Amino acid sequence: MSASKGLPADIAIPESTARVGTPAWQRAVWVVLGIAVAAAPIFVLESFHLFQLTMAVIMALAVLGLNIVTGYNGQISLGHGAFFAVGAYCTAIFMSHYDWSFWATLPISAAVCAALGFAIGFPALRLAGHYLALTTFSLAVAVPQILKHKSIEDWTGGVQGLFLVKPDAPAGLPLSADQWMYVVTVIVAGACFLLVSNLIRSRIGRALMATRDHPTAAEAMGMDIGSLKTRAFAVSAMITGIAGSLSAVAIEFVAPDSFSFGVSISLFVGMVVGGVASVLGSLFGGLFVLFVPNIAEAISKAAPGVIYGVILIAFLFLLPDGFAGLLRRVAARLRR
Amino acid sequence: MDGLAHQIVAGIATGGIYASVALAIVMIYQATHHVNFAQGEMATLSTFIAWSMVQAGMPYWVAFFATIAVSFAIGVVVERILIRPVANAPVLTMVGVFIGLLLIIGNATGWIFGYTTKVFPSPFASEKPLFGGLVSAHELGSTAVTLTVLTLVWAFFRFTKLGLAMRAAAYNPRSARLVGIRVGWMLALGWGLAAAIGAVAGMMVAPVVFLDPTMMLGILLYAFAGALMGGIDNPAGAVLGGFTVGVLENLAGAYVVGTELKLTVALAIIIGVLLVRPSGLFGRVVFSRV
Amino acid sequence: MPGLLEVSGLKAGYGPTHVLHGLDFRVDEGGVTALLGANGAGKTTTLRAICGMVRTEGEIAFRGEALNGRATEDIVRRGIAHVPDGRGTFMELTVEENFRLGAYVRNDREVLSDFDRMCEWFPRLRQRWRQQAGTLSGGEQQMLAIARALLLRPKLLLLDEPSFGLAPLIVQEIFGIMRRVRAESGVGILLVEQNANLALELADLAYLLETGTIVMSGIAAEIRQDEAIRRSYLGY
Repeated sequence: MSASKGLPADIAIPESTARVGTPAWQRAVWVVLGIAVAAAPIFVLESFHLFQLTMAVIMALAVLGLNIVTGYNGQISLGHGAFFAVGAYCTAIFMSHYDWSFWATLPISAAVCAALGFAIGFPALRLAGHYLALTTFSLAVAVPQILKHKSIEDWTGGVQGLFLVKPDAPAGLPLSADQWMYVVTVIVAGACFLLVSNLIRSRIGRALMATRDHPTAAEAMGMDIGSLKTRAFAVSAMITGIAGSLSAVAIEFVAPDSFSFGVSISLFVGMVVGGVASVLGSLFGGLFVLFVPNIAEAISKAAPGVIYGVILIAFLFLLPDGFAGLLRRVAARLRR
Repeated sequence: MDGLAHQIVAGIATGGIYASVALAIVMIYQATHHVNFAQGEMATLSTFIAWSMVQAGMPYWVAFFATIAVSFAIGVVVERILIRPVANAPVLTMVGVFIGLLLIIGNATGWIFGYTTKVFPSPFASEKPLFGGLVSAHELGSTAVTLTVLTLVWAFFRFTKLGLAMRAAAYNPRSARLVGIRVGWMLALGWGLAAAIGAVAGMMVAPVVFLDPTMMLGILLYAFAGALMGGIDNPAGAVLGGFTVGVLENLAGAYVVGTELKLTVALAIIIGVLLVRPSGLFGRVVFSRV
Repeated sequence: MPGLLEVSGLKAGYGPTHVLHGLDFRVDEGGVTALLGANGAGKTTTLRAICGMVRTEGEIAFRGEALNGRATEDIVRRGIAHVPDGRGTFMELTVEENFRLGAYVRNDREVLSDFDRMCEWFPRLRQRWRQQAGTLSGGEQQMLAIARALLLRPKLLLLDEPSFGLAPLIVQEIFGIMRRVRAESGVGILLVEQNANLALELADLAYLLETGTIVMSGIAAEIRQDEAIRRSYLGY
């Protein structure tokens, strides 16, 4: 698959800027190289593969969102598919009912999901480990049913769902709608990845991890755990919601059954396999979530699920820090 | 009024199913402080095993007991192979393993038995309603079966030496080792027992909801709700909670929200209980003095 | 005559840290050995090491058989009962259930008569028979812990600070019962205590631990008489 070839360097964008002490010119080279590699698929891939790559980047973004709250902050969410769905529906509703442009719906999706995440973050404060996992699991299972409900059918289109149309590339750019969608996705996702990797390396990021690992100590040092956790939930929901929003446009369709609890589980699996508490790992997670089921489906309808489960458990047993952790260790060995 | 009475009776019948699964969840929670997200899928697999035995011409009750035995063995094996190695791992790892188990068992069931909905036989065959339409033969029979199972489990834990040892291992594994209890095996036995109880619940509910690989998903949610309502470390509370949410669900379905929001009602109960009374309505209070 | 328990060169620790640096001591058949020492000297770790609850090096021979590397439950089944720090009673269970668990590995017919004997030694427990152990007073819990351990019919009883956190009168009562247990049951006892005076009264042999090493040992009665040792090591 030619798509995967271009990706490692693509990943290097957030990583390279992260390295403190790299000379400015080197960083500039990495950024230019990264942009070149990210742009390459536009010219190399045919439309279906480009669409798949677009979806992989979107899933990576959604996994990144989950990673903020579960990976970095230790609040286990098995229901992030709900935020993905809300983001998608926000965009779909405004685009199909009110003819808004995609760009205008994006901040609304982000804001709605952030608010929802913030609201869910409050009760979540009182729910330690399993309780939160259990509640969000239940949320994930209930999502399609809520979306189908007849009281909101006028907006959501009920079981039928909503259709929307990809935006065309701005006049003057010689790109097809699919190519433009890829560009949009990479720009939005790239911005989010940069934002999150900066956030994680900031004081707030350290505080997030401190509250995860040593809540009592963190509190004793004057951190406001409650507000940290709710805000982590809000940012996390926002990022996953933005991914949902992008996915609605990329697929040009939303329907309740495409937001089954399988989405939440996929995001969780993607996070573990890519690397818990790793920005870079989220990218691997996205690729994994999109491409592994495609390959496995060739075997049987049930195969992706079984293979997912086996890989998930294998990673937890053998590589608990995920693919990103494996790479980190290999890199460390090579450098020595 | 007859309608209301019927809803309550039907609620008790489904409540028995929820109570059984809730008990299975609480048993594992008590022993390991982990929630088995795969409990529902394990029960579904058991029910499919029973179905194929009946299809192969085995008499119902033979298949029933054979399924319980097989499910028990599956539970023990799962604990030994998958759960034991990560017993001391962080919560996230444990949750991940349970999700992995759910994916494997759920999808393997679909892979082996197919996704078409199947009719599962009831041993309480007659379709004609009893007591003037108040209750169907299956509702009555399945309630009797679940109550029998719950009583047997209670008696096992209350009166037998092994039951006492399992409780001791769950409460305080370190002290349990000091009286010579093989704690590791008690956990495996607990898993076996939980799987067996889940199997009975699956076989009792399958004639009503029909058999397909996702049959237990909604039931698992209600079992969670019941377990939380009763206090997740309290087996008796979980059973009561299971019956309560069964009745609540039927009443809500009949008079308030309709059946399309079944799962949402379970979610609402879960969130409601956790916000109002996180230790559950019957949460156990342990006295401790120094 | 070989001792009931013979320990030589015992090292033990948690993770990379060593707590014990090679101990040699013994408990005789039916005798009482006291391990004395301040907080952090390694007394509790020594008991844990015997029961296979921590990683160990060195020889631990119980009735001539090596215990090293065996699982705790197997060591218990060979006849070693341990009343750990924190007592190890089952708070959520009743006194009766704690008794039944104490006799968990036994299959003989004398379990019930042993229940009666324990209730005779610890009359307060009979009054609390159907009560949750967590509702008992500290002294009653300590008695329950000892009764629970004795119900195993052990050859060797390991006692970790039975006086800890208890009022002096209760401590007197418990040590009174211990003398009776010693006289009537013939069990060997390894007693860990901070209260040296009490422990030396009960013990035959005594060892003094300081930061994981035995700094002094001898006949308990002689140590009690020796003014110099008492002043310099035991501080009373």
